[in-house]
Amino acid sequence: MSIFADKNTRLIVQGITGRDGSFHARQMLEYGTRLVAGVTPGKGGQTFTPGVPIFNTVAEAVRATEANASVIYVPPMGAAGAIFEAADAGISLIVCITEGMPVLDLTKVLPYVRERGARLIGPNCPGLITPGACKIGIIPGNICIPGRVGLVSRSGTLTYEVVHQLTRNGMGQSSCVGIGGDPLIGTNFIDCLRGFQDDAETDAIVMLGEIGGTDEQNAAAFVKEYVTKPVVGFIAGQTAPKGRRMGHAGAIISGSSGTAEEKMAAFEAAGIGVMRRPADVIALLREKM
Amino acid sequence: MNLHEYQGRAIFRAGGIPMPDGDVATTPAEAEAIARRLNGQVVVKAQVHVGGRGKAGGVKLASTPKETAEVAKKILGMQIKGLTVQKVLVVPAADIATEAYAGLILDRATQRPVFMVSAAGGIDIEEVAATTPEKITRLAVDPRYGLLPHQALTLAFTLFSDIAQVRATAKILEQLYRIFISNGCTLTEINPLVSTPDGKVLALDAKVIIDDNELDRRPDLAQLRDESAEEPSEVAARKANLTFIKLSGNVGCVVNGAGLAMATMDLVKYYGGQPANFLDIGGSSNPEKVVNALKIITGDPEVKAILFNIFGGITRTDDVANGILTAMEQFKVNVPLVIRLTGTNEEEAVRILKAAGMQALNDMDEAVQKVVEVAKGAA
Repeated sequence: MSIFADKNTRLIVQGITGRDGSFHARQMLEYGTRLVAGVTPGKGGQTFTPGVPIFNTVAEAVRATEANASVIYVPPMGAAGAIFEAADAGISLIVCITEGMPVLDLTKVLPYVRERGARLIGPNCPGLITPGACKIGIIPGNICIPGRVGLVSRSGTLTYEVVHQLTRNGMGQSSCVGIGGDPLIGTNFIDCLRGFQDDAETDAIVMLGEIGGTDEQNAAAFVKEYVTKPVVGFIAGQTAPKGRRMGHAGAIISGSSGTAEEKMAAFEAAGIGVMRRPADVIALLREKM
Repeated sequence: MNLHEYQGRAIFRAGGIPMPDGDVATTPAEAEAIARRLNGQVVVKAQVHVGGRGKAGGVKLASTPKETAEVAKKILGMQIKGLTVQKVLVVPAADIATEAYAGLILDRATQRPVFMVSAAGGIDIEEVAATTPEKITRLAVDPRYGLLPHQALTLAFTLFSDIAQVRATAKILEQLYRIFISNGCTLTEINPLVSTPDGKVLALDAKVIIDDNELDRRPDLAQLRDESAEEPSEVAARKANLTFIKLSGNVGCVVNGAGLAMATMDLVKYYGGQPANFLDIGGSSNPEKVVNALKIITGDPEVKAILFNIFGGITRTDDVANGILTAMEQFKVNVPLVIRLTGTNEEEAVRILKAAGMQALNDMDEAVQKVVEVAKGAA
């Protein structure tokens, strides 16, 4: 088992003929993901590789292939359009890798997706992987091994660092989900925590947060109330100066809410094991499992 | 992107928000001419992107055009929190009866633009929010419908009781919302929104923050960026497509990815060092980025040692290794480097570095401990 995606997920790639889209489509195929089609307007009728036809629209791709998930690699100014299109075509899992989407676009996209019963992961995220079964996005498959630790994270390479530590120490993963670092995102920590809590094949949960916003505090309150599995967490940005952007638009400290201290205190109060550094994940998990 | 007050004023006035006349000056003579035209007591305000400019002496009253020139001469060129004042705004000193606050901010929790208004304006609104949150009224706007007329009126009634002032304020709030949407803002703010003794409602300040992600499709807004108002190393970094923030420590950091970059800085501190910067080279595999990153970091005389922490995913570690060697050929890197590389094409990267007589580490903790020691030894 896993959350959001498994070996039965039928994936399309929006922007499959672009530089990033084509590179990562190949990586996903190599990993064993059931990539059933690609979409690039104007290139319908061509094939990406044998068995992966290209369509002009998502709706056509869905009709022909019964795809139920889409991963988006289109430039930032076209990303909102791509998400609207996927939601309209009945795709239930939409993963947007694109970095740099205007935040006002998201104020329109998010309710649209929600009203159609779809789930958006991202934007500006590395996607998700269920090791050994399905990879959607850009998380390097070779650093993961199948297992029983669920991981949810706001960042990309920090996720890889922690997964790498887990794998090196023989702790496999059920699913790893990068939810993205932008201020407005489709899937938050709580959605993933609920998924891992309900997943019979996840025994423990790692959450990697960042300064900015209050998502981690809300997640901590949710853990306290509903999560019975052991949880350990990390907050990046303990040394960040106040009020400065650290790359992610989301990593803004506003007023008194959003500092690393505040988030780590919320973790502690909820019984979440607080990692002071990425390498602490191993000892904390061993202690709690 | 933060706009200067004078730029925000231009946008507000074009959007129909009533504001006092006034203009921006870069010389005392220009300031004097503006004061002569305004014909009365004026306020001269430094245009810098830092808070607390009043306390730093960057906001002053002047009674005559001649005094305006003198005041402008003092403020222009003044250093406020490390930034040099290049421009001053000259506006009439307004008669104020009451001061309110009106802000519109993109809210992560509701995922909508949220109005915050308070009759307790003119002072630090964060202080009001912290001590008397009940004095702030909030309203989340559904972007599909915009600010509805009754919503604008309801907010305005919390600020004023006179119906003419309420209607004037409701109109200002609708305009503030339109400005927010049409300029791709994450914040538009009026503090203070004042009533005058003769009953008018005016905006005396204009704060505008534009979402950086809008700038690619809005060249008209992108050209408002004032590079002279920013840290020069940060401007250079942006031009090289790097995200860089200068800090006060002595351990330079080059990392791929914002989350890992922050975690690396945290680990430097954990092992007793002080990071000199935040630097994210991003996800691409371009050796040129590494060269630019090293150029920017070695430009800081405080830096005693530089750490590379690269987890290759999209980024190929051999490209980073090549970038390091190219940089060392192009210019003298006279501080020690500690390099940690793992992930995509790691074997090749290690081979490249070894051939050049350099060592690559595999473990993040080991690398950070080492760079902290090296920096301490060199300091």
